[in-house]
Amino acid sequence: MISQTVGSVEPVGERSVVFAGDYLNKLSGEQIEYECKRRLEAGCKELVVNFSKTEIVNSIGISILLGVIDTASNNGAKVVFCDVKEETVELFDMLGLTKHVTIA
Amino acid sequence: MAEHDHKLIHAFGALAELGHEITNKNNFQETIRTSLHLLLGALGIMRGAVARHSRFAHELNMIAVRGLGDDFPLSLSLTAEDERQFLTNDLNPIEIAHAKVLPFFQVYDSSFERRQLELFVPLVIREEVVGAIFLGEKASGEVYTTYDKEIICAMGRHIGVAIAQRNLMAEIERHAEENRKLFDEMRSTYHDTVKAFAAAIDCKDKYTEGHSVRVGKFSEIIAAELGWDNDETEGAAVSGYLHDVGKLTVERKIINAPYRINAKESAELNKHPGIGYEILLPIHHPFTDVPLAAKYHHERLDGRGYPDGLYDREIPYIAKIVNLADSFDAMTTDRPYKARRPAKDVVEDLHRNAGKQFAPELVMSFFGGMLKELKGETTDKRFRRLLGRDYMEAEGIAEKLRSTLNEMAPTTPMTYVAAASIGDKPIH
Repeated sequence: MISQTVGSVEPVGERSVVFAGDYLNKLSGEQIEYECKRRLEAGCKELVVNFSKTEIVNSIGISILLGVIDTASNNGAKVVFCDVKEETVELFDMLGLTKHVTIA
Repeated sequence: MAEHDHKLIHAFGALAELGHEITNKNNFQETIRTSLHLLLGALGIMRGAVARHSRFAHELNMIAVRGLGDDFPLSLSLTAEDERQFLTNDLNPIEIAHAKVLPFFQVYDSSFERRQLELFVPLVIREEVVGAIFLGEKASGEVYTTYDKEIICAMGRHIGVAIAQRNLMAEIERHAEENRKLFDEMRSTYHDTVKAFAAAIDCKDKYTEGHSVRVGKFSEIIAAELGWDNDETEGAAVSGYLHDVGKLTVERKIINAPYRINAKESAELNKHPGIGYEILLPIHHPFTDVPLAAKYHHERLDGRGYPDGLYDREIPYIAKIVNLADSFDAMTTDRPYKARRPAKDVVEDLHRNAGKQFAPELVMSFFGGMLKELKGETTDKRFRRLLGRDYMEAEGIAEKLRSTLNEMAPTTPMTYVAAASIGDKPIH
């Protein structure tokens, strides 16, 4: 079962998709982190973060993604980043995020 | 582009955003939360916290925490040795392995180890410890480089300045609050002193006991009816309380004479406004007109008053107010040589002398205040308390006041309303 959302609460399944959007780069991006946490704690085993609508990721976005990675790790879940722009992948690689997630 | 250059650009971006955040946001908690995100995101650090130093409690209190778990202590007690070491270290990041010699680390070591903390940064701004930053492992698993530590130091300085600014603001607010309390206390002391003076003045005259206090209260009513603000109204009250302070130097037998005093005695008594002015002038009153009220409260609009025989606009406004309040009290209280006059007579007298002795707009405001109370438009029974219920509620007073007000201002809208009311039904 797959559920998709941008920050809203939907039925949680084994695999959840979250759209990062531009929310990620502000303090309001903590809401995305909170949603991911809810899903992971409810039993989600694969969290997919979709970056198709994300132009750039700044330092706040990186910090929030690190929070998501940490929570997933604590809950034994896998994190997948999909539709990520090449330069963003380079940034993730440079900062070590790619050591913890799968880029799809 | 080399990876080092990429890192540099990314870190500079974070530093620029941090500077913007600190100079533009007003919400301190949000600023610090955002600052922590920027620091962690700049170098890909998994977890961390920003704490604020309390120099009174000797504690580090967490204000932003990420990834350290619910069991991480939110308040860390420090020793004097910890604080001394922080100052010596300045803003340089300390590796946890080296920080273990600090007394507070020995207390909280297990908590720090459990959360894989790797760096500790005391925030020292202008030789004062303002807080600290705790940082966990990097997502890359690499050790912190010298370059990383320089970035952390630069960003830490920004965060430290934000905390120092907040501390400064809190200090200013605390001082402002202390000053406000001090001001209130001084104001209260001033008022108590003024009232004590008024009581002392009234003590001298056994027949007019409470006169100064009542003149103060009537002056306050007039000022309030004129729409003056609280401070101005208070100034009018003080002017009333102290208007007769010059009588303290007049012989008691003249003040208490149970007959009309002769010309010589009258000349002696008439010195009291000038003496009152001399007494009050050197005092730094919060209300500057107080001495003027004492000096000119016996002046009349038609120039027949004393001590200087001033005309209308030459007379300070506050003196006109006190003059009306003083005369009203003289007419409505028993004197050794004259009984209290009925309220209707007093209204007629004030009306008749409006424009001669009294400023007409003040008389109207005063009457307006009385009428409002009689009509029940105000819950504050000011006149009843000062004059007595029976006196104020004597038959026909309200009607007298209304018709007098109409005569004094026949073109105001009140004319039509009142004329219709008087014709239709009695006024209570």
